[in-house]
Amino acid sequence: MDYILQPWPWYVSGPLIALVMLILVYFGKTFGMSSNLQTLCSIGGAGKFSDYFRLDWKAQRWNLTVVLGAILGGFIATQYLSDGSAIALSAETISDLKELGFNNAGEMLLPPEIYSWENVLSLKGIAILVIAGFLVGFGTRYAGGCTSGHAITGLSNLQLPSLIAVIGFFVGGLIMTFFILPLIFGS
Amino acid sequence: MKFLKFLLVGIFFGIVLVKSEAVSWYRIYEMFKFQAFHMYGIIGSAVFLGVLFIWLFKKFRIKSIEGKDIDLAPKDKGLARYILGGTIFGFGWALAGACPGPMYILVGTGVFSMFIVIAAALLGTFTYGLLQKKLPH
Repeated sequence: MDYILQPWPWYVSGPLIALVMLILVYFGKTFGMSSNLQTLCSIGGAGKFSDYFRLDWKAQRWNLTVVLGAILGGFIATQYLSDGSAIALSAETISDLKELGFNNAGEMLLPPEIYSWENVLSLKGIAILVIAGFLVGFGTRYAGGCTSGHAITGLSNLQLPSLIAVIGFFVGGLIMTFFILPLIFGS
Repeated sequence: MKFLKFLLVGIFFGIVLVKSEAVSWYRIYEMFKFQAFHMYGIIGSAVFLGVLFIWLFKKFRIKSIEGKDIDLAPKDKGLARYILGGTIFGFGWALAGACPGPMYILVGTGVFSMFIVIAAALLGTFTYGLLQKKLPH
């Protein structure tokens, strides 16, 4: 039981993520989380504004069900399957983050410096979340997939477009991490 | 009942991503700084097994439970959309520390400020839908 309550190593987690993808493929579907953003816009009536949202959203209910399950899974994992151990980040990461003003890195899943209500309810704090979310939503639909659709499923199916998209993910992620995060958080 | 299996897959997915710490902003930061193997091990082993089993599915003509051939739709051709869209997504991924799967999962872990990120992601998706025909693909 201890092994379940402790954080899972990469060589357990990675194969289990492959299993999720393979099960969905076996069910005749595919593993793609960002499609749900398009479906939700469609349900909300976005079809009035663009053909992109004129789709049969009922055919996507299975994927919304996966999302609902994922939320429940997040709840179950934190409430019943965790021993509260901190994330074993590398010492360099912890010290780099300290320079940016992030303290106690790894004690929680997410940094309170970004996600605590105290920070969220400041102008800078809410701008960070809104801009980040907007970039994720816009970018993933422009690229036609996210980490699940391109990095896991697309690469598993040896799709060149997915490799190009994943390179793009890293170009953006590296620019943000090395050049922009220090401007936002550094003093 | 038809949806129960998808609910169970989703629950399993949510548990795996929390237990792997792949939903953690800190792990994403560490990955982009190349300071640990953890995230590369997760993605690398998932893709390695994915390539192997998708190849096996095709080689042995495994049918899905719907009785159809396993056939993952190829991605559309193009370059600009993958480079530009991918890079924009990367900016957001490294800032929010969460991609679309973890966004939902993190709500389940009790981080309700994530609803703001999700709402903004829907706005970003809506904006893409409006501009789709004007953007290079």
